[in-house]
Amino acid sequence: MAWTREEMAARAAQELKDGFYVNLGIGIPTLVANLIPPGIQVTLQSENGMLGMGPFPYEDEVDPDLINAGKQTITELPQTSYFSSADSFAMIRGGHINLSILGGMQVSATGDLANWMVPGKMVKGMGGAMDLVAGVGRVVVVMEHCEKSGESKFKPECALPLTGKGVVDLLITDLGVFEIDRRGGGAKLIELAGDVSLDEVKAKTEAPFTVAL
Amino acid sequence: MKLKLYPDAHAALEGITFDGMTVMSGGFGLCGIPENLIVALRDSGAKDLTVIGNNVGCDEHGMWLVLANNQIKKVLASYVGENKILESRFMKSEIEIEFNPQGTLAERIRAGGAGIPAFYTRTGYGTKVAEGKETRQFNGDWYVMETGLVSDISLVKAWKADAEGNLVYRKTARNFNPMIATAGKITIAEVEEIVPVGSFDPDHIHTPGIFVQRLVVGKHYVKHIERLTTRPREKL
Repeated sequence: MAWTREEMAARAAQELKDGFYVNLGIGIPTLVANLIPPGIQVTLQSENGMLGMGPFPYEDEVDPDLINAGKQTITELPQTSYFSSADSFAMIRGGHINLSILGGMQVSATGDLANWMVPGKMVKGMGGAMDLVAGVGRVVVVMEHCEKSGESKFKPECALPLTGKGVVDLLITDLGVFEIDRRGGGAKLIELAGDVSLDEVKAKTEAPFTVAL
Repeated sequence: MKLKLYPDAHAALEGITFDGMTVMSGGFGLCGIPENLIVALRDSGAKDLTVIGNNVGCDEHGMWLVLANNQIKKVLASYVGENKILESRFMKSEIEIEFNPQGTLAERIRAGGAGIPAFYTRTGYGTKVAEGKETRQFNGDWYVMETGLVSDISLVKAWKADAEGNLVYRKTARNFNPMIATAGKITIAEVEEIVPVGSFDPDHIHTPGIFVQRLVVGKHYVKHIERLTTRPREKL
């Protein structure tokens, strides 16, 4: 069996290290917040201007002045701080955030990421994704390996407009985990998901990769 | 000294709006938006506006009101989802949208307010965002030149102000408001409460009053929540 969304998020959570400042994107990456390994403390940053994000509120503590970057209501923690969007992106662009986990539409073998627009469809905008991939030290992308049509989303080159060029360090899909050398060293398959076979990954991947299981 | 406090949002905007002007408006989604000033901007009827902000409201809320009233010609934003009118006008090329990465937008406004005409950022290098822009290499990495932004009128929302225009924001309702306050030829702040001068700890003021020309106390806050998300209480 390939990994479920939950299992992909759990694998992404293994990238967390004690003391990390982390930014989680919308979708599967959001699930990582509930799967932090025991003994590890991380501080979650929300790019709308908050460090130290707490859990979702109880119904009677909802505060419209307190939301995350996905516009969901959340809570603060004793160590929380608030700041402007400019300060928030100084943290992100300035390399002060250790890890960014985000979703993707396509990833290339050289670490290019496309996740913000499909030509011909309504463009909603990139939000903070371009700043995150350009500024955060380590970028992990979590996405389904293939489109519903079966087409591989891990490609030699992204066909969709890029969010960042040479920005992805690790790609986690429902079929496995690839390490990507964003300085041009190519992609390496380092783990297989569940009982997925190497042949299956090879058959479903357009991007060239080496195998180091 | 000229008093900054106006009786209401409509009075604060009277005589300073004009067709073709550039308006910045604070907020992230609907969090920390100047609700009353947006209504007054709609009622001013000023058209062909260029609107700068992280979003353009969402269906039936915030800057959507000005959009629905056909007053906006161009938008600079990082994310414009959940806004059907904007979507349909954009698809029909009736409105221009310049997408900016969120951090680039925040920094362009910060730079504009700080008198910095341009800066270099790694964000967007090698993407559509960099097309037509100057790029330059520093210490082996490539950067894109982005320009500072200023506005004719900046509309911001703070939690509290004193009569000097010193502002304090609340939680994540701060977001783009502090930079937008610095970047307006005229900045109007809308607050929930005016406190007596001297009641703020000077060390805890977020926006010093020099950036604020006009002040109003807002009424009837809706503070619409876009994605109400809660967790159940644990059973004891």
